[in-house]
Amino acid sequence: MDFSLTKEQQMVRKIVREFAEKEIAPKAKEIDLTGEFPWDNVKKMAKADMMGIPYPKEYGGAGGDYISYIIAVEEISRACAATGVILSAHTSLACFPIFQWGTKEQKEKYLIPLAKGEKLGAFALTEPNAGTDAAAQQTTAVLEGDHYILNGSKIFITNGGKADVYIVFAMTDKSKGTKGISAFIIEKDFPGFYIGKVEEKMGIRGSRAAELVFEDCVVPKENLLGKEGEGFKIAMVTLDGGRIGIGAQALGIAQAALDEVTKYVKERQQFGRPIGKFQGLQWYIAEMATKVSAARHLVYYAAWRKQNNLSYTMEAAMAKLFASETAMEVTPKAVQIFGGYGYTKDYPVERLMRDAKITEIYEGTSEVQKMVIASNLLKM
Amino acid sequence: MNILVFIKQVPDTNEVKIDPVTKTLIREGVPSIINPDDKNALEEAIRIKEEYGAKVIVITMGPPQAETALREALAMGADEAYLLTDRVFAGADTYATAKTLSKMAKKFDYDIIFCGRQAIDGDTAQVGPQLAEQLNIPQVTYVKEVEIEGDTLIVKRALEDGYEVIKVKMPVLLTAIKELNTPRYPSIKGIFEAYREKEVKIVTAADLGVDPQEVGLKGSPTKVISTTTPETQRAGEIFTGNVKECVQNLVQRLVEKHVI
Ligand SMILES: Cc1cc2nc3c(=O)[nH]c(=O)nc-3n(C[C@H](O)[C@H](O)[C@H](O)COP(=O)(O)OP(=O)(O)OC[C@H]3O[C@@H](n4cnc5c(N)ncnc54)[C@H](O)[C@@H]3O)c2cc1C
Repeated sequence: MDFSLTKEQQMVRKIVREFAEKEIAPKAKEIDLTGEFPWDNVKKMAKADMMGIPYPKEYGGAGGDYISYIIAVEEISRACAATGVILSAHTSLACFPIFQWGTKEQKEKYLIPLAKGEKLGAFALTEPNAGTDAAAQQTTAVLEGDHYILNGSKIFITNGGKADVYIVFAMTDKSKGTKGISAFIIEKDFPGFYIGKVEEKMGIRGSRAAELVFEDCVVPKENLLGKEGEGFKIAMVTLDGGRIGIGAQALGIAQAALDEVTKYVKERQQFGRPIGKFQGLQWYIAEMATKVSAARHLVYYAAWRKQNNLSYTMEAAMAKLFASETAMEVTPKAVQIFGGYGYTKDYPVERLMRDAKITEIYEGTSEVQKMVIASNLLKM
Repeated sequence: MNILVFIKQVPDTNEVKIDPVTKTLIREGVPSIINPDDKNALEEAIRIKEEYGAKVIVITMGPPQAETALREALAMGADEAYLLTDRVFAGADTYATAKTLSKMAKKFDYDIIFCGRQAIDGDTAQVGPQLAEQLNIPQVTYVKEVEIEGDTLIVKRALEDGYEVIKVKMPVLLTAIKELNTPRYPSIKGIFEAYREKEVKIVTAADLGVDPQEVGLKGSPTKVISTTTPETQRAGEIFTGNVKECVQNLVQRLVEKHVI
């Protein structure tokens, strides 16, 4: 057993951290306040070849390993969680299904520019009436000649309205239930595709969550991803990987809270000494650090299993469940340790607390992760 | 065109602390980086490569772990990397270092040699100039801009209150300052390529054909008797505001101190 990162992975950590601290972190507060989409960050990440880390160079990727990619999401999220989810949704949810199920032509046309970071991707499964029950898709796709005609809408879509390429799920055969769902690659300019409501969010405010509307949207037949009826499987397998990314995002947020706290308790004086001298706070910090470390091991372990072609559905769910709950435990603790200052926007811990919450919700709520874990364990 | 870039791996801190007992730098727990000025040197070499076409060869002398600095340089875009590492190189002062590096430089048909102005751990700013002397080639220090015209470089050399423009024929040695450029981040793809497709070649004293007496501690005329951290003096006072306020404050303070 070996817990050490390879030299490559260590270098990736060092470089992405340096990049995140100098280029991303200084703008995180502003992005949170304005809710403005951080295009500048996306462009800089693209320039540094960060938008397709785990994909082969022939498909525009960096040719790296999955753990390196996960480390990058962690480090970017430590600086700015909104930028972290843009990276994770793009890489795990948009690039991955094309890499896994795309034809050669689809990979050339879509994966290469996505992995190079020339284009941005999104993944659209959730509908107003199909959230946790994702199988209850109401969007329909009907084949007419050499086109599919899509009708329906999606909500809460990360990168919605900013992305160029969307992986969209729709019913091609209602009578077949989950086996009647298919996946499509949709370009932002396809006729009949509109962006609807953009959400005002509690946290990760620089990222986008938007409604997608399809009104007789014309999609060429060759943009069917995988086979007809494979859509639900594509969505579920894609989300398995995506959850490792969200686990890494939660981990980055939690680590940021811990870093802020370790600095602050040495500086802030009460009763004539730094507050870090009080055992009451030391116990909080020890618990926070332990949880963060456990979360990191679960997240890296799931990534390692994926990298090594071992099953990872359950491990990804465990990693996401534990890392997101850790983030939701340590970020309010950080606010508590900062006292009144922590409740203000002068310090980043209140932002971290707001950013943390979403990690327990998207790509499957914590309840869903438990369902996945239990069904893998019990197989009943 | 061949460009040699000499870099050094240094501890990542401007406040190097000295162990009061051993009198050596405390490196423990301090991460290592490519010396900042050397990164500017490397960046400029890579820019010249991108604009005019060149091979960028990066060289360091140091312990085996200095390989990391070379891998980072390869990830930024250098083509070849050499690590001069050997027990007998240890303890070299700037003279012995420059001498060893010059032996390495002579193995190449170079046009430009880039060094950083100075390393943040030693702060001597001597190795670059000494290397040029050992090689008997012209040198321009404190370089803030470089242009190439045929076999000639037009170089801006920073002075305290301005700059000089110097025309110099290649081969030439330049020492870079941070005003020269903003070094790029190594691309993530570059990192994987640096480890999987490129090589760091190890060079020993025997490979260089140097006499062990001439390098390292034995080849160093400088003898360090002791090193100490100076006691911090009382801090100076900085007046801010407009000129009128500053002058008023200054005069008041001088009166208080019975200076005037
Ligand atoms: C900021 C943001 C970004 C998002 N990005 C995307 C995206 O890019 N693409 C995309 O497709 N979707 C995206 N989503 C949607 C997200 O994945 C869903 O919101 C999530 O899956 C939950 O669905 P829901 O909101 O409909 O909640 P519901 O399904 O209505 O759940 C409500 C509550 O009931 C619980 N619950 C539901 N069913 C069960 C059950 N069987 N047992 C126990 N508890 C249950 C849930 O855990 C939850 O607590 C995003 C959402 C947000 C807020």
